[in-house]
Amino acid sequence: MNTDIFNVQTKIGKPWKKPPFVQSNLLRWVLITGFVIYLIAAYMTIDVNWSRVYEGLERGKKFVLAFTNPDFTSRSSDIWEGMIESILMTVASSVVGILISIPIALGAARNVSPLPVYLICRGIIAISRALQEIIVAILLVAIFGFGPLAGFLTLSFATIGFLSKLLAEDIESMDKVQAEAIKASGAKWTQWINYGVQPQVMPRLIGLSIYRVDINFRESAILGLVGAGGIGATLNTAFDRYEYDTAAAILLIIIVIVMALEYLSGIVRARVQ
Amino acid sequence: MIFTYCWQQISKSTTWFFVWDAPRIATDLWTRATPPKWEYISQLGKPIWDTLNIATLGTLFALIIAVPVAFLAARNTTPSRFIIRPIALLIIVSTRSINSLIWALLLIAIIGPGVFAGVIAIAIRSIGFCAKLLYEAIEEIDETQVEAITATGASRWQVMAYGIVPQILPAFAGIAVFRWDINIRESTVLGLVGAGGIGLQLNASLNVLAWPQVTLILILILLAVIFSEWISAKVRHAII
Repeated sequence: MNTDIFNVQTKIGKPWKKPPFVQSNLLRWVLITGFVIYLIAAYMTIDVNWSRVYEGLERGKKFVLAFTNPDFTSRSSDIWEGMIESILMTVASSVVGILISIPIALGAARNVSPLPVYLICRGIIAISRALQEIIVAILLVAIFGFGPLAGFLTLSFATIGFLSKLLAEDIESMDKVQAEAIKASGAKWTQWINYGVQPQVMPRLIGLSIYRVDINFRESAILGLVGAGGIGATLNTAFDRYEYDTAAAILLIIIVIVMALEYLSGIVRARVQ
Repeated sequence: MIFTYCWQQISKSTTWFFVWDAPRIATDLWTRATPPKWEYISQLGKPIWDTLNIATLGTLFALIIAVPVAFLAARNTTPSRFIIRPIALLIIVSTRSINSLIWALLLIAIIGPGVFAGVIAIAIRSIGFCAKLLYEAIEEIDETQVEAITATGASRWQVMAYGIVPQILPAFAGIAVFRWDINIRESTVLGLVGAGGIGLQLNASLNVLAWPQVTLILILILLAVIFSEWISAKVRHAII
């Protein structure tokens, strides 16, 4: 009887099983057990004060309710000032950041620039990307004093890292044939860049720039937390004074502006590509 | 034109005396901040561990919520295109457009300062990001495979498990690691508003103007960021 079942099994073969995502058996089990051990360790070291959380739920409810009844009016002048400052910082830093990042992107593309220039520009990009906006803002506020200038410099600096890196990658992956054709016609270096390289990367540059404007606005909303100007300072004050309805109003404005920018950038990017 | 106007407004609200003074202040700061206070590192072990926990657990929670949201938001899997899809998209946009620092600020007011607030802040912020990338991946799947599974008479859930999930699993893993990398960066500064992690130490050192400690913390943050970027690059390379 037993042998019969055994025979059937061998005849039809093993039932099909879903192939696992991680192919190697050993690696899969090491990953799983390591993850479980980590989770336990993490759970042990995080002490959550549940009674405090429970107490806070009441306030959380109040905050959620504040969203249904945001207060735009009673602090409207503060909100307005903060918003204007945020927008000013966004525009100014985007313009400066984009202007500076174009030459750096050219320098950081291996097929356009010689090795020493390449290394310097890549170094600038690496530094700018490794430091978060908020940390740069702290340092710049310490150096330049409070106000939107520190925020402006921070955002410009961050824009350079972001834009140069992506643009340099685009330049590196461009079509060589076109660029060579321009070179073969006896063009100077500037002409070569202008007619051989620039038309190829222009759509991407526009798309990235608009995307960066979007990011810069979002970031400008938090720079105020460390004193670098913008709407963040107003928001922080509103939280500190438990004026949730004002805070909700500010958050709603931020969400609406970000949505509008995202919508706009979607249209522009669709048009240039 | 617009730029010059913006620039004028900014310069109007700047105290230019401080700006002209900046080079002196910067060199002054530099002499005070170097050399970093290496002994201080013994006190940074726990904060770094907290930071790692905030990023990892935050990513985990975010993924748990982001997966159903992504399925509800994708055009080809949403149960209702006119009611549920807009709601899912609204969740994605509103969580994405507010920075995690602001979420942390909010959660600290609600559930009190500490690592837990940081975890939740990171989680909320990541939902939108993960769900957006994931639903785009779902919309790009190969429909023929789904149809093949459906033709065998599979139920809705079986179609999900055998037709859709295997196709988006690599994208999912890539998104998870990518977001984890970003979250490590963000969780290092969450402490500035009191949400635990190494930022708490940074804030404390800044408040007492202990610049050598600040330098050490910044070096540590830089190392953490490079480390996480390295790991995420490795993993994504292995997947793709």
